[in-house]
Amino acid sequence: MLKIEDLRVNYGGIEAVKGISFEVPEGEIVTLIGANGAGKSTTLRTIAGLVKPASGRITFQGEEITGLSPDRIVSKGITLVPEGRHVFPDLTVLENLKIGAYLRRDSIEEDLNKVYNLFPRLKERSWQAAGTLSGGEQQMLAVGRALMSRPRVMMMDEPSLGLAPLVVKGIFDIIKEVNRQGVTILLIEQNANMALHTANTAYVLETGRLIMSGAGKELLANEDVKKAYLG
Amino acid sequence: MQYAVSILLSGVSLGGQYALIAIGYTMVYGILRLINFAHGDVFMVAGLIMVYLSAALPLPVAAPLMIILTVALGFLIERAAYKPLRSAPRMSVMISAIGVSYLLQNTATYVTGGLPQMYPSLPFLSENITILGTSTKWVTIVTPFLVVALVVVLTQLINHTKVGMAMRAVAKDFETSQLMGIKINSVISVTFIIGSLLAAVGSMLYFTNYSSIVPLSGTLPGLRAFVAAVFGGIGSIPGAVVGAFLIGICESIIKGSPWSIFSDAFTFALLIVILVVKPTGLFGEKATDKV
Repeated sequence: MLKIEDLRVNYGGIEAVKGISFEVPEGEIVTLIGANGAGKSTTLRTIAGLVKPASGRITFQGEEITGLSPDRIVSKGITLVPEGRHVFPDLTVLENLKIGAYLRRDSIEEDLNKVYNLFPRLKERSWQAAGTLSGGEQQMLAVGRALMSRPRVMMMDEPSLGLAPLVVKGIFDIIKEVNRQGVTILLIEQNANMALHTANTAYVLETGRLIMSGAGKELLANEDVKKAYLG
Repeated sequence: MQYAVSILLSGVSLGGQYALIAIGYTMVYGILRLINFAHGDVFMVAGLIMVYLSAALPLPVAAPLMIILTVALGFLIERAAYKPLRSAPRMSVMISAIGVSYLLQNTATYVTGGLPQMYPSLPFLSENITILGTSTKWVTIVTPFLVVALVVVLTQLINHTKVGMAMRAVAKDFETSQLMGIKINSVISVTFIIGSLLAAVGSMLYFTNYSSIVPLSGTLPGLRAFVAAVFGGIGSIPGAVVGAFLIGICESIIKGSPWSIFSDAFTFALLIVILVVKPTGLFGEKATDKV
């Protein structure tokens, strides 16, 4: 569904992504794991249109989307839940959700109900400023906001970052639930253990290159992966 | 009593005119973290456009056309001088703004030949009225009401429309706004359009009180409005309005006193005091910088 071919990206004067190729099949959960600075975030930011690649091709459902502006990418059905959540702190929870549907012209009532069903906490707090939510609730809001654009693919950048272990488990349950409802997921994580348990397919990224791939469960059992990323 | 009424009336009216300029400063700062030094000059150019248009066209045509041209000018300045510097350091954009300011002043000098231009007398606004024994122009009475009405409309726009929501989002976080599908350049353009529109209306009210207009006519009102925006807390629209009314009233009181020559000194001394004592102003957001 989403296909990356020989992608190279320069970021801050260095080549952060050095020619990677991978595929995200429809309906799956795919994860990229790797250490800090491996180029995971840069890859997602390039797909989302925030960063222009130096070379390579990104295609979505057979259509080339390399270098399109972020609003065009969103309108194609690809959304990114950014690292650190980045909810709009002064906007209410409801406004944050509405702004997730910014490009849509049709009615959003149904999606709003869907998000509220997924996250009843958000409904209770819909009139609260998003900045007053806890970290876990902000992550729920960031996911809900992304879902409001009716994405086909949801990319997530470090959703577990800075959250308590119990909350992290909740977030991963939600990722699986969103996936069950038909949204393809591309996930990057430092919490490799959680990510590999959740993902159908996983890729290991090291200093800008893909060094390994396989089914999530397969990599969990791999000795090298164990040593390097699972502690 | 009569004296106090006249001081207060002119102060409130002046404050309203400053408010219309100050909103432009504060909105642009809110979204770009840029002090748009050219804003006072856009205000002056709006006055000059009115001078030339009213010489050729009837007023009901000239006034709206002046507003449209001023809006176009504000839009073009942003596209030509600020947009290409979107990812440049903030200081570069500020220098560009200073450059635009001089460009507008010098172009105005070239076009007018440096001669003061007679501002047209506007029907109704320029006519006299007597209130509580004080004779004044209608514009003095109309200004505060018009300002309050415009601010109410603007607040509704910002708090209750989609583009307003996008403006609030972009002001907080460029990148996440882009991820929502917001075209930040369009939102920034809208901000400049609103700022220029209010400056155009403000220039009509302001210059009606003066007989003529020169290329530097925008500088001092612009700076005073800037002080008002800082006083109210730059980035905050209610702050800019309250600050502008306070500065207008203070200026009017001082101008009516034996120390009238110090009125601008007072305004700028106030700026220094605010920056030292409470840099966030009356309603300013906390001094967290955008990361």
